[in-house]
Formats: sequence, C-alpha cells, structure tokens
Amino acid sequence: MARYVARRIAIALLLVVGVTLVTFVLTNLVPGDAATANLGEQAANDPAIVAAYKAHYGLDQPLPAQYVTYLGNLLTGDLGESQLTKRPVATDLAAAVPATMEIAIGAIVLSVLIGVGLGTLAAVRRGRVIDQLLRIVSLVGISLPTFWVALVAFYVFYYQLDIAPGSGRLSPTADAPPGITGLYTLDALLTGNWATWLDACAHLMLPTLVLTAYCVGLLTRFTRSAVLEVLDADHVRAARAKGLPERVVLTRYVLRAALVPILTVTGLAFGSLLSGTVLVESVFAWPGLGAYAYEAASHLDLPGVMGVGLVVGIVYLVVNLVVDLLYGVIDPRVRVS
Amino acid sequence: MNKIATRRRRLPAAWRTPLALTGAVVAAAWIVIAVLGPLVWPHDPLAQDLPRLAAPGAGYPLGTDALGRDVLSRVLAGAQVTIPLALLLVGLSLLVGGLLGAVAGLFGRWADEAVMRFTDLVMAFPTTILAMVVAASLGASLLNAVLAALIVSWPSYARVIRGLVLGVRTAEFVLADRLLGFSTARILRSDVLPVVAGPMLVLASLDVGTATLLLSGLSFLGLGARPPTAEWGSMVAQAVVNFDSWWLGVFPGLAILTVVMAFNFLGDALRDALDPRTAGTIGEGGAL
Repeated sequence: MARYVARRIAIALLLVVGVTLVTFVLTNLVPGDAATANLGEQAANDPAIVAAYKAHYGLDQPLPAQYVTYLGNLLTGDLGESQLTKRPVATDLAAAVPATMEIAIGAIVLSVLIGVGLGTLAAVRRGRVIDQLLRIVSLVGISLPTFWVALVAFYVFYYQLDIAPGSGRLSPTADAPPGITGLYTLDALLTGNWATWLDACAHLMLPTLVLTAYCVGLLTRFTRSAVLEVLDADHVRAARAKGLPERVVLTRYVLRAALVPILTVTGLAFGSLLSGTVLVESVFAWPGLGAYAYEAASHLDLPGVMGVGLVVGIVYLVVNLVVDLLYGVIDPRVRVS
Repeated sequence: MNKIATRRRRLPAAWRTPLALTGAVVAAAWIVIAVLGPLVWPHDPLAQDLPRLAAPGAGYPLGTDALGRDVLSRVLAGAQVTIPLALLLVGLSLLVGGLLGAVAGLFGRWADEAVMRFTDLVMAFPTTILAMVVAASLGASLLNAVLAALIVSWPSYARVIRGLVLGVRTAEFVLADRLLGFSTARILRSDVLPVVAGPMLVLASLDVGTATLLLSGLSFLGLGARPPTAEWGSMVAQAVVNFDSWWLGVFPGLAILTVVMAFNFLGDALRDALDPRTAGTIGEGGAL
C-alpha cells in the first residue's frame, strides 16, 4: 500500500510539473504580448519603458531560462508576481482559492447526496414513470448553460423576489471574518460572529445551487447505471434470498458495490465543477479562482495564469489520488493488487 | 387505401422512444432554421431600426435589445453561428483525438505511453480555464474559440478510441486477416473502423451539446464572438449590462438549452441503442 501511494504521489508531482510546462508553452506560443496588454498605450510605445517592464518580470530572458527560474522559485513557494495585480501570485491565490472552495465543496456534497439518492431510486424503479421522469430531469440538468442559469437565478431571486442577497461573498454592511481558513462561513463560526455567518451562508446559496444543478444530472445518470449493473448480481440475490429487508439490501449490498464507479464520477465531476465556477463566478461577482483566472487570462498575466493552472492541477490530482486510495477502502480486492 | 402496400420500416427500439423523437425533432428544427437563414428571420438581425430595449410585444415578439435590434431575429440567426461551429469542433476533435488514439492503440509501447501521458496532462487542466487562456491569448474571435475548445476536447476521444483499438487489435478476426496477409490499411478499414465507428458516433453526438455549451460560454466571457455577431452566449452577456430587460438573456439562453438538450436526448438514445446491456432494459420494461 505504501509503495502504491508513493508511486501515485510521484506520478502526480510529475503531472503538476507537466501542467506548468503546458501552460508556459501555451501562453508563450500565442501572439499576444504581456507588455502591451498591461502597459498603457503610451507606455507601450516607449521602448525604454517596455524594456524596463520586461526586465522587471524577467521577460528579457530566453524562454527556457524563464521556465527554469519559475520552477526554481516554485520550490521555495514563490509563484512570481502577478503582472496584473502587482501582488505575489501566492497571496492572490490564497484569497481566491477558499472563495471557490466554499461554493465547490458545498455543490459537490449536495450533488452527491441528491444524485446518488435519485440515481438509486431510478435504478430500483427501472422503466417506471419515476425513472423516465428522472431521466428527463437529469438530461435537462446536464444541458443547462450554467452562466445562463446563474443569471436567471440572480434575476429572479435577487432582483424580482428579493429573497437572495446581492453579488459577492458578503453584504457591504457585514464585517469580513478574520482570515483563519479563508472560508468565510467557517471563520465566522470559529469566531462566533453569527451575523457574518448568516450573511456568508445567504451569499453562498445561489452560486452553490447553480453549480449543483449542473452536477446533479451527471451523478444521477451514473449512479443509475452503476446500481443497475449490480442490482441483479449474485450477492444481491443471495442477500434477498436470506430475507434481508430491502433497505439493508440496497444500502449494504447494492450501493456498496456500486460505490467505486460512483466515486470515480464524483472525482471527475469535481474537476468539471472547478471549470464551471469560471462562468458562475463571473455572474455573481464572486472573487474566486475562476474570476481570477479570467482576469489573468484576458490580461495575458503569465504568472497569474500559471498559478491558477498549478492550483487546479494540484486539486485535480489530489482528488484523483483520494479517489484511488478510497477504492482500496471500499473494495478489498484493490488492496491486494 | 391499399393496406398491403404500406410496409413500414421501423426504427430500432431506442429510436422510437419519446425522448429520442423529441431530440430529433428539436435538433432538426434548429438545423432547418440555420439552413433557411434569412428566410425565417422576421427582421434583419443586425439592423438597428427598432425602438431600444422594447419589451416583447406586437412587431417584436421577443423584444428588442439596447441597439434596437430584434431579439427573435437574432436568436434565430444565432443558429447559423453556433450549430455549424459546434459540429466543426466535434468533427475536429474526433479527427485529432481519433488519430492520436488510433496511433496509441495500434503501435502501443512508447507511442502509447507518449500519447496517453500527454492526454492525462491536458485532462488534468480544467477545460474552461485552459480554453479561456488559449482564447484570450489568440484574441477574441469565433474561430479562435473553436481552436481553444479543440485543445481541451480531443483527449476524451483519444482515450475512448485507444481503448477500442486496443481491444480489436488482438481479436481473433484481426489475427485471421493478418494471417491472410491483408495490409494494415485494409485491416484498419474493414476490421477496426466498424468496431470503432459506433461508440465514436455516440461520443460525438453527446459532445455536440458539450461543444455548444463550451463555445457559448467562451462567447459569454467575451472570448468568442465579436459584436455585432448574433451569437447566443454573447447575447446573454448583454443581459448582464441591461438587467431590467430580462428578455435579452432569457431567450438566447433557452436557444442554447434546447439545442444542447436535443443533442443530449439523441446521444442518450443512441447509447442505449448501441449498448446491448442498457438496450436490454428497454426491451423488458421500456426505459422510455
């Protein structure tokens, strides 16, 4: 097991380096020029200013040298300075990542709870009205353009009904909780600031639900087919023949066996959820990773973009690693091999 | 009428389901709208000759936008922009992913390792963010958005096709053809392609929806269509600026939703038709 974990972590680290390389090559291959994108028009026409700008960010060095410098700094936790915000990228990310995690974690937990429940229901009632209804609902769910749902939800619940708070993570009147974890709800809870906690929760509502709407369909579809695969398996029939109540058969025999594929999809769904946050954050003015990525990308801020790539790459790999390790917990056969 | 002469050709079971039919009808309707183009537009989608930000009413059933353009005409014209580009994106992904996947599956060893590790790498990167970076650095245009989307969408094809080719490569009927001395090209054409074609078709039809979402998302962020192009994603983005005029965002969004839904319904039915395991459940109880 230890060797397996070590091997997986080594591969994951290599992939992280790969992600930085891909981002680096991509952002440098393209015709855009960071100096012209970030300096004003007048400054961009002054060769002396452009040269100074390039020297400051090390852009006057040959590309391989730039990349090696980046990797070297990375080892010391230095992600470079953002050309857009003029702050260290690590500082920017430390503020943006918790904001995104707050909606992403909420959304994935809700999606799994609802999706696994509905998917199991559909599989058990295969072919009945409820199964067909759930099929339509989940297919519509995966067809939703998230940015549009976000906009409609914001319009209806904030603008028309006025039951949801406005954009951002907190109302202008609320005090931001001290940065312990960066997750506002958790920080407010830890410091006992109930007003801020309620406000943060209210602001989380719509973005989380919009992301959930997108994920639930996927998880429902996959749970249904995963459960269908094991519903007629021998061990399930044996459990039934033994006279176990249907509830026990479903949870301890069917769902347990279906858990491995469900877990795999959950990992994948979390990855696409992080992607989806870009569009949702832009509607709700949520100062998260997606919004930061958008700003960095549209200003060709290479350190910013690489930082985002790095974080998301790491999250993706950690999630996959956790999923792989959980396989061993769920399915004893994996442990042996 | 002569009853004997009407020999009906029946579609496979999965295609006769209400969902598949709905998908087919809606997709066909949008394709017809895209093909007919100006013939079905009540107004010129680019003409700015109507009252500005007028609510839906007589003369302009879906309202007008901030520049006095007819929203209905722009939504209909949007079909000409989005549908061909989504199909182009899927076709290109199929080509690039298919070629790389086939190379990996056929040649194995280092070619397989190289292609698959590269695939892992691209898949480790979040699609929208990678596409956004590429689109932002190439400059906003619809074709650049397709190119950016292509970079993130080929890996899933490469994976599936590699798996399929790998499975066929060692099959006995391929071995038999090898022993008969058939050329690699002939084996590819007559043995490998038929096996790979079905799943590829399912993947592609499911992906038209995803492609539409990705492209309209990029345009929504301002990284795709340039004004004054009538593109659905960028039309929804206009609603962010004119929040009072709900009709600006609602209708183009519904257009995206219906197109994606139609292709997802079709893809779902297609998957059932081709997968004997799920098809069995249709026979016994009719999972739609």
